[in-house]
Amino acid sequence: MIEMQDVWKTYSNGVSALNGISVKIDKGEFVYVVGPSGAGKSTFIKLMYREERPTQGHIFVNGFNIERLKERKVPYLRRTMGVVFQDFKLLQSLTAAENVAYALEVIGSPERIIRRRVKDVLEWVGLGEKSDLLPTQLSGGEQQRIAVARALVNNPTVIIADEPTGNLDPDTSWGIMKLFQRINDRGTTIVMATHNKEIVNTMRKRVIAVESGQIARDERKGMYGYDD
Amino acid sequence: MMIKMLLRHMREGVKNLIRNGWMTFASVSAVAITLLILGVSLVIALNAQRMSGYVAGQLEVSVLLEQKIPDTQGQQIANQIKLLPGVKSAQFVTKAQGFQDLEKQLGPQYADIMKGIQNPLPDKVIVKAVDPQQTLEVAQEIRSVPGVATVKDGQSFIPRFFQFMNLLRNIGIVFIGALVVTALFLISNTIKITIFSRRREIEIMKLVGATNWFIRWPFLTEGMIIGTIGAAIPLAVILYAYHAAFVRMGGFFVVLTFPLITTTELAFRLIVVLLGLGLFLGVWGGVMSVRKFLRV
Repeated sequence: MIEMQDVWKTYSNGVSALNGISVKIDKGEFVYVVGPSGAGKSTFIKLMYREERPTQGHIFVNGFNIERLKERKVPYLRRTMGVVFQDFKLLQSLTAAENVAYALEVIGSPERIIRRRVKDVLEWVGLGEKSDLLPTQLSGGEQQRIAVARALVNNPTVIIADEPTGNLDPDTSWGIMKLFQRINDRGTTIVMATHNKEIVNTMRKRVIAVESGQIARDERKGMYGYDD
Repeated sequence: MMIKMLLRHMREGVKNLIRNGWMTFASVSAVAITLLILGVSLVIALNAQRMSGYVAGQLEVSVLLEQKIPDTQGQQIANQIKLLPGVKSAQFVTKAQGFQDLEKQLGPQYADIMKGIQNPLPDKVIVKAVDPQQTLEVAQEIRSVPGVATVKDGQSFIPRFFQFMNLLRNIGIVFIGALVVTALFLISNTIKITIFSRRREIEIMKLVGATNWFIRWPFLTEGMIIGTIGAAIPLAVILYAYHAAFVRMGGFFVVLTFPLITTTELAFRLIVVLLGLGLFLGVWGGVMSVRKFLRV
């Protein structure tokens, strides 16, 4: 569960990104975060995994009190969630399987369990055959599937995705979206910042629109609502 | 569990070193070259110190007593000198003994001549100062002791010798200081280049929930390995070369004739200093390369 109470964020260079945001996202929800570039979408997302700290207000994610969370404890918050990015953020020198295994090595899982979990999750995202290939040997869609597999391997309660289809062509994007739908069907919360109008208007979910650092709309089964 | 983690960090460190082959080569070279120069300076410094100590140990004042004084009284004067402040030892040498020593020094070819002459030597006392640098002052004091005829203190030699040694030491300190600064500069430069390729890696580690120590350890083991290899190379080179030179010169520096420090004596100090410094530089480099990014 994610809850924000009157959250403000002003960066050290004086830019105020968020001006009083209150929102509640329940377990098992699928939420799109939309809005023009520079409206505060990214900041909104970054606050959830404590990449940024709020200037003011309260944030609770998976039982962690974000504004009180000590630097030392941040890793433990991150282990309860999976993050997926537009640029995949894979380690180029590691194979698909090693990239996924990494998230488990970090928390000290036994090797036997790592091997089994990695195999299972790679098969689940449809990359069972390509587990020994390097990111450079895979297509963009396949790389994003590895990133999703890495986000999933810990069995997180929340997946946070920042423009996960931003670098992909429409067909590939739909493949990735179906993957997110399947993850959501298992009961995992999904929060996704996106610019993809077609997807938002077709796969109808809750839409939170952020404009000028405030929530402009919050609708169940909402529409994208912008022209770009 | 702990051991398994430690092994993992070691394995990761080694893997990274192999993966970033050229960076590893650059870092090891930077450490090795620095330590090589430092090691050579150390060899020179240790030998200079040995020489200084050796020469200082040889510094002595010959106190010649008046001819008329009998041996028994001479011994008393020696005892008297021994009690003066700053005197370490005062050894009484009788006329006869002095003559024998001279005979020995001159060798058999002068034996006939020596037999033909009457002993011209006075009794003398060989005095050493507690602090060799105070030799001249001690000599001055001895001059006022009754019964003393002449004091030979090697006046012209002593101050110049110590001036030279002090100069040598000061040059050494400046030189080594400059070296350490250069080393830090070289290594931090190498790290700056490494950082760029690593920032992504660290960012990803943080995103999947790695603790700071989990991220730091492979960098530290990497640094330790770089430091150890970077120290081992100059150690091997210097010790091998020094031993070869030592054997060839027969343990003496020919030009000034003083005993060189032995390879074994040198090895122990050199290993401690170079390995210690290598490890320090390596670990320092490892810490520096992650520090900036752990604050994200």
